Amino acid sequence: MKILVCISNVPDTTTKITFTPDGKAFNTSGVQFVINPYDEYALTRAIELKEAQGGTVTVLNVGEADTEPNIRKALAIGADDAIRVNIKPTDAFLVSQQIAHYAKEGAFDLILMGRESIDYNGFQVHGMVGELMGIPTIAPAIKLDVNGSTATLEREIEGGKEIIEVALPIVASAQQPMAEPRIPNMRGIMTARTKPLQVVESVGQETKTSILKFEMPPAKSGVKMIDADNAGEIIKLLRNEAKVL
Amino acid sequence: MSVLVVIECANGEVKKSSLEAAYYGSKVATNLGTTATAIAIGDVQESALTSLGEQGIAKVLLDNDSRLHDFVGAAYVKVVAKAAEQENSTVIVLSNSNIGAAIGSRLAVQLGASLATNVVALPEIEGSSFVVRRGVFSGKAFSNVELTADKKIIAVKKNAIEVEASAGATASVESFSANLSDADFAGAPKETIKQSGDILLTEADLVVSGGRGLKGPENWHLIEELAQVLGAATACSKPVADIGWRPHHEHVGQTGITVSPNLYIAVGISGAIQHLAGVNSSKVIVVINKDPEAPFFKAADYGIVGDAMEVLPKLIEAAKAL
Repeated sequence: MKILVCISNVPDTTTKITFTPDGKAFNTSGVQFVINPYDEYALTRAIELKEAQGGTVTVLNVGEADTEPNIRKALAIGADDAIRVNIKPTDAFLVSQQIAHYAKEGAFDLILMGRESIDYNGFQVHGMVGELMGIPTIAPAIKLDVNGSTATLEREIEGGKEIIEVALPIVASAQQPMAEPRIPNMRGIMTARTKPLQVVESVGQETKTSILKFEMPPAKSGVKMIDADNAGEIIKLLRNEAKVL
Repeated sequence: MSVLVVIECANGEVKKSSLEAAYYGSKVATNLGTTATAIAIGDVQESALTSLGEQGIAKVLLDNDSRLHDFVGAAYVKVVAKAAEQENSTVIVLSNSNIGAAIGSRLAVQLGASLATNVVALPEIEGSSFVVRRGVFSGKAFSNVELTADKKIIAVKKNAIEVEASAGATASVESFSANLSDADFAGAPKETIKQSGDILLTEADLVVSGGRGLKGPENWHLIEELAQVLGAATACSKPVADIGWRPHHEHVGQTGITVSPNLYIAVGISGAIQHLAGVNSSKVIVVINKDPEAPFFKAADYGIVGDAMEVLPKLIEAAKAL
C-alpha cells in the first residue's frame, strides 16, 4: 500500500497571532512552526497502517524551503520519503492542484491529510483533491482501517457518524480520535537526515482567491465579576442584561 | 444570474444554520439585483420550506428522493450542481458544516469557482470586486479575501450573521429532480449512527462546558444538569477528552470543534490559548474557575471565582427558578 500524507507548516498552537503593520501578512518573527496538528493525526495513522500491513508512507508539503525542518520531523516520526512542491501555499485550489498532480503521478492508494490547517482553516483541500483526481473524499474521518483494497472509515457528520466502506484509492482527512501523535525518537531523527526529500516545481499557478488584509477581533470590554456566594445572580444577569437566556 | 442557497434539513425541519445561509443568500441577491433560490436536500416537509420566505428566499427547489435523507457526497454535489445550472447561479451559499464544506470543495473544482469557508460577514461588492470576511488562525483573527473567479461559493459560519426575518413572507416550493442513478449512491454510508437525545453541539445556542476543574467524570452530572435546565449542549476541554472523561466529539478548541453560540459557560477550564481559539466567537462567555489568575477571565464577559462543585448547584437552582 502506498500512502501519501499531505502536511502543512503552521504556527504552533500557543502562538499569539500578530500581523505586519499594513495588515497584509502574518508576522512570522519569533514564531515556532509545527506540523499542522490535524495532519499529524493523519501521519501517525499512516505509519500505524504501514507497520501493521506493510507499504510506504510519503509526505508531501506545498511550501518554500523554510518548511523543511518540519518535513524532516515527519520523516523522523516514521515516513519513508518526502516531496516538497516549491511554491508558497497562498490558496486552497493552488495547493490542491499540486497535491492532485503528484498523488496521481505516484499512484498512491491512500491520500491523507488533516481536516483543516489551523492557520487558514479552509477545510477545502481534501474535497478539491478528490474532485481533481475523480476519487471519493471522506472528511472528516475519525477512524480509518484498510483491508486489502477496501477502506473502512468513520466519518463525523453534524449529529452523528457514518460508517463508510469504500474501494481505494481515496482521499481522507483526519480528526481525533484518529491516532495519538508520536514524538520522534533519536534513531528516527538520525535516519531522517538521510531519507530522500525531493524538491519539485509547481505544476500550475492558478489561484481562485486573494487575501487582501488580516485583522484582529475587537477586544472584549472587560469581565464583570460576581461573588461566588451569590453565584445564582449570574443567571439573572444573563437573562436581563446580556439577554441570552 | 441568481443566488442559490443550499438548505440542509434533518428530521423534517430546516437546520438553523441553513436559515442563516438563506438570509445571507437573499442579502447577496438584493445587493446583486437578483433573486435567491434555495435547493433543499434531506428529510424535510414542504411546509417547513415555504417559511423560508421569511429569510428572503423567493423559490425553493425540493428534491424529494428519499435516498438523499442521509448524506451522500457525490449525490449531493450532483443535485446542487444541477440546480445551479438550471438557475444560472453565479453565487452559491452553504452552511459552514461538514456537509457544506464537502459539497463546496468539490463543486468549486467542477465550476471553476472561488470558495470561501468560515465566512462571518456579508460580502463587500464593488463592480467586479467581491470581498468576504472569514475567520482564520482558528478564530484568533479574520481575513478579508477577494473571490477572483466569476462564480463564487460561500460557506457561512454559524451564528455569525444576524437574521432579520420578514414575518409571514412565504416562498414557493417547486419539485426538482437531478435524475440520480444508483451509481451516484455508490459511496453511501453502510450505516449512519445518529447521536441520540442530546442537543447538537455545533448547532447549539447555549453551551455548558467543563474542564479538569470538575475533578473527575463522576462530577459531570452537574454540567449535564445545568445544560439540561438551560436547554444547552455540553462540551469539554481537550485534556478532559484526552484522559477519557468525555468523548472526543465534545472537545472544543483549536484541534477540536469550534463553536459560536450565544452563550458559552466554561466551568473549571483555565482558558489555554488553544481552547480560546475554539470558543472566542461566542457572543457571551461566562467563566467559573477557582483560580482568579486563570487566563480565561480575560476573554470573559462574566466571571465567578469559585469551586465548580459549589458554584454549579447554585447556578442550577437559579436556572430552575427562571
